[in-house]
Amino acid sequence: MIKSLFSDDLPRSVVLSVILGVILVCLALAPFLFPGVRTVDTAARICIFIVLVASYDLLLGYGGIVSFAHTMFFGVGAYGVALALTHMGRGFDAIVVGALSGAVVSAVLALVIGLFSLRVRAIFFAMITLAVASAVAVLVSQMSGLTGGEDGLTFKTPRALTPAFKFGGELFGVKLNGKLLAYYFVFFGALVLFLLMLRVVNSPFGRVLQAIRENDFRAEAIGYRVVYYRVAATCLSAAAAALAGSLYAVWLRYVGPDTTLSMEIMIDILLMVVIGGMGTMYGAVIGATLFVVAQNYLQNLMGAAAGLVEGVPLLPDLLNADRWLLWLGVLFILSVYFFPTGVVGRLRAGR
Amino acid sequence: MSDPILTLDGVFTNIAQYHILQGVDLQVPRRQVTMLLGRNGVGKTTTLRSVIGHWRARQGTIRFDGQDITRMPTPAIARAGIGFVPEDMGIFADLTVEENMVLAAASGPIDPGRLEWIFGAFPPLKTFWTSEAGNLSGGQKQMLSIARAMIEERKLYLIDEPTKGLAPAIISTMARALRELKAQGASILLVEQNFAVAKALGDTANVMDDGRVIWSGPMAQLARDAGLQEQLMGLSLEAH
Repeated sequence: MIKSLFSDDLPRSVVLSVILGVILVCLALAPFLFPGVRTVDTAARICIFIVLVASYDLLLGYGGIVSFAHTMFFGVGAYGVALALTHMGRGFDAIVVGALSGAVVSAVLALVIGLFSLRVRAIFFAMITLAVASAVAVLVSQMSGLTGGEDGLTFKTPRALTPAFKFGGELFGVKLNGKLLAYYFVFFGALVLFLLMLRVVNSPFGRVLQAIRENDFRAEAIGYRVVYYRVAATCLSAAAAALAGSLYAVWLRYVGPDTTLSMEIMIDILLMVVIGGMGTMYGAVIGATLFVVAQNYLQNLMGAAAGLVEGVPLLPDLLNADRWLLWLGVLFILSVYFFPTGVVGRLRAGR
Repeated sequence: MSDPILTLDGVFTNIAQYHILQGVDLQVPRRQVTMLLGRNGVGKTTTLRSVIGHWRARQGTIRFDGQDITRMPTPAIARAGIGFVPEDMGIFADLTVEENMVLAAASGPIDPGRLEWIFGAFPPLKTFWTSEAGNLSGGQKQMLSIARAMIEERKLYLIDEPTKGLAPAIISTMARALRELKAQGASILLVEQNFAVAKALGDTANVMDDGRVIWSGPMAQLARDAGLQEQLMGLSLEAH
């Protein structure tokens, strides 16, 4: 049962299984284990970024295709839901329509970009995605009538997903309200999408993708049409990223260029894939969790550490909470140095 | 003799600015092992790669089984019935032996009878069936590379130096497998530097020099005639 749920692709390392199990339990019970607006928000972001990073891993780790347009697809999905909820009213039907149209538009965009550029060389694809993503980001901020421009869009989600919606009293001291439902909407949405992607990469289609990544000419000489497979992977990955974007929109009840389309997020995704381990899917879970937690809590941790070493020369300055980006950078360098194949690659090799 | 399975007619192929093939004429008869011989750098590998479509012939025609494949895309050429074993083996190192074989059987599930036959010819593949192909030894990788081409029946096999760099014991395993393939009635175009293997397997021989086929004839005749070998390939193959 579990084997088939995980598409026969088990973590293959005891330590990795334990870590993944802990992450799963923490995310599944986050509102009860770590009650608080900020912690639950962090957990929801982790869920969403796991899907987003896994969809990028499908492209980069399994297909060997470098894209810089992944946040664009993420944004298309988020704006799809935002626009649907704005114009169709706050119903679940609007979420479905918005998410599906976001996924379809993303897949079509990926198809067009892919057919134009993947025919030639994968590097052109990277360059074209960069250009298209920048163009779309500018377009979104310019078309303020539709997209709210730089301010973005604030919208209402279905009442059942808002804090105002109450059902029953408390459970283990946690209020049973719509925000809790919204969290589980995000959690289960992310879980299903992740397991689906795990299925894709372990299907015959995924194997051909891996073969193409390793030796595209050889795959062609066996009889596989490399372009079709690459384009299909791009479309799938784009649709999955869009669905992650839709979850994000439902969670935040806001979309804006900075939260969904920025180059910064693109770089974050790249780092999460690399830190977690490319071509493993589970790397997305580890990478996203580490990264989002560090982004949200490194400042606090450093503040506390600075307090502890007060009076010692130099150290409090170095550990000043304002220097958190410096330490994040140091963490990246160390992780790339010690885990060149990502955390997952390292744990699997060490078994 | 029936019409050849593969015919190259005045094929010219460039790689960047280099003119590698300069009018290759070659015929591969059906159900025979055709050897492609010659010194290093005369265009043997390029000839195979031009057939499979990795390098495009600039001029000339390549006909396979009655069909002009000169401008066809590589996957279509492969699906028309050509199995290719490249010199660099091209195995998928991150995938298991099993996954490599499943991928190679591009037209459907693996035929169990054929797989048993391959296991018989290359026992290590059975032993390491679920191991990552990247962990195999050089000889085992070569076995896998040939097995991948053999897993489905093809009309023609293009095999590039299958014994290169292998230990003598593995070379004889390789030769035995190729002999079995031949016994099944396969047509094979084989590039081989090991003259003993060439002599044992080849029916006809084609010797290339400077981007052309300069001599064609029965392998037995070439094997007998040390003077001819010296003249064609610039070395006495009797020494081998």
